[in-house]
Amino acid sequence: MPKITYIEHNGAEHVVDAEKGVSVMEAAVKNMIPGIDADCGGACACATCHVYVDPAWMVKVGKPETMEESMLDFAYEPKENSRLSCQITVSDALDGLIVRLPEFQG
Amino acid sequence: MSERAIIIGAGQAAAQAAQSMRQAGFDGDIVMIGEERELPYQRPPLSKTYLQGELGADRLYLRPAAFYEQQRIDLRLGLRVASIDAAAKTVTSETGETLSYDKLLIATGAPPRRLDCAGADLEGVRYLRSIADSDALRPALSAGGRIVIVGAGYIGLEVAASARKAGLDVTVLEMADRVLARVAGKDVSAFYEKLHLDRGVDLRLGAALDHFEGNGRVSAAVLKSGERIDCAAVLVGVGAAPAIALAEAADLRIANGVWTDDHARTSDPSIWAAGDCASHPSPIYERRLRLESVPNAIEQAKVAGANMAGGDVVYDAVPWFWSDQYDVKLQTVGVSEGADETVLRGDPDAKKFSVWYLQRGRLLAVDAVNDPAAFALSKRLIAARAAVDAKILADPDTDLKSLVS
Repeated sequence: MPKITYIEHNGAEHVVDAEKGVSVMEAAVKNMIPGIDADCGGACACATCHVYVDPAWMVKVGKPETMEESMLDFAYEPKENSRLSCQITVSDALDGLIVRLPEFQG
Repeated sequence: MSERAIIIGAGQAAAQAAQSMRQAGFDGDIVMIGEERELPYQRPPLSKTYLQGELGADRLYLRPAAFYEQQRIDLRLGLRVASIDAAAKTVTSETGETLSYDKLLIATGAPPRRLDCAGADLEGVRYLRSIADSDALRPALSAGGRIVIVGAGYIGLEVAASARKAGLDVTVLEMADRVLARVAGKDVSAFYEKLHLDRGVDLRLGAALDHFEGNGRVSAAVLKSGERIDCAAVLVGVGAAPAIALAEAADLRIANGVWTDDHARTSDPSIWAAGDCASHPSPIYERRLRLESVPNAIEQAKVAGANMAGGDVVYDAVPWFWSDQYDVKLQTVGVSEGADETVLRGDPDAKKFSVWYLQRGRLLAVDAVNDPAAFALSKRLIAARAAVDAKILADPDTDLKSLVS
């Protein structure tokens, strides 16, 4: 299974084995990673699963679609590499992905 | 002996409250009692991706089973509570077991209102609230034929969209003269009527159901006008009623749901309530609200959980809602009731617009269709009790961001 590393705002690292086909948000929730609220459950409606994609992974992860981009605009401290983790699907190509979590969600 | 908190219900609010109690440092026992046999799960996909078979049940669960073990949350699933004794501070299950509590949370939700017309008990007349309901409805989507949907609210229209996607013929019956009448403004209703008509839904506004016909299994819906609509299945989505029976029998105060103060506490100092079953005073709207939505369940449960752990938190979140139908996302912020002015921004024909509801110049609510920027901004403005100039708002050249200082 692809490995994904979540790094909390305080630096704590969590490496999880993520099932292919689920979202990076779901893999975090399933593995009890603190800092991803995902209030809407993955409907791209709430912007509480915001992550910063490690710069080395930005090309492979790709850019957000229009809806997500507008949601991110109003997330807490958006950056160039911001994504909503409910909109990133786990695949072999993302084995080794590193994402960092913002200080706050929503 | 350590303290014990009991949570009645195992839905979104119940799960959030348990987690928030632990986060706030509550170290006692937490017992969560749920009627359904499932781990706490998210309900919104039950009318959409889960119903369509795109999302498995394992992806509905809010937290894995290990979470409850790790947090020492004792899940008692498939168990009904028979009564609360507020004086003795005990809860008795239908199996006769009595458990004492120091703190109690009522998070019993709001089950669907049921029809009592002739034929309402025929096989194939369905409601939608639980995983079991969605599982029971799914075969109808692959069986073909016509489904009659009673009620054009969120549930009715979301199932209509799912059913059209599955290739079914769909008739929607709505008593009011527009869809989403209870939750959205007229412009938004008109947009959704066109959306569903364009997708081939047979939409009947101002249509009153009289009864169902069938020999054991429903085969037709008959309107008060006498018209008979043949169908293979029926989905009833005519709203929900708060589950207040336990609270009422325990002599708790009721006010369109279980009454709570601004700390999510009921009229009994050891009992809190959260989610669809509870009504609360809204500091923003200066009146009592009972909201049926995931964000309300989460935010109110966070407040209840923190206060049950000894905190002093006021519930003051901005209400919001969302609905996905076909490729259209509706996000609503606030409550528009009482608005005296509305401003339309954007173009409904382009399927991207927002409707802003004002009362004496203050922003009350916004319906945002495929327009998350309007959604996110208005959430901030409403939280700030902001006044907005309707003329500036109506100007298409106004950059919404300039409204937030």
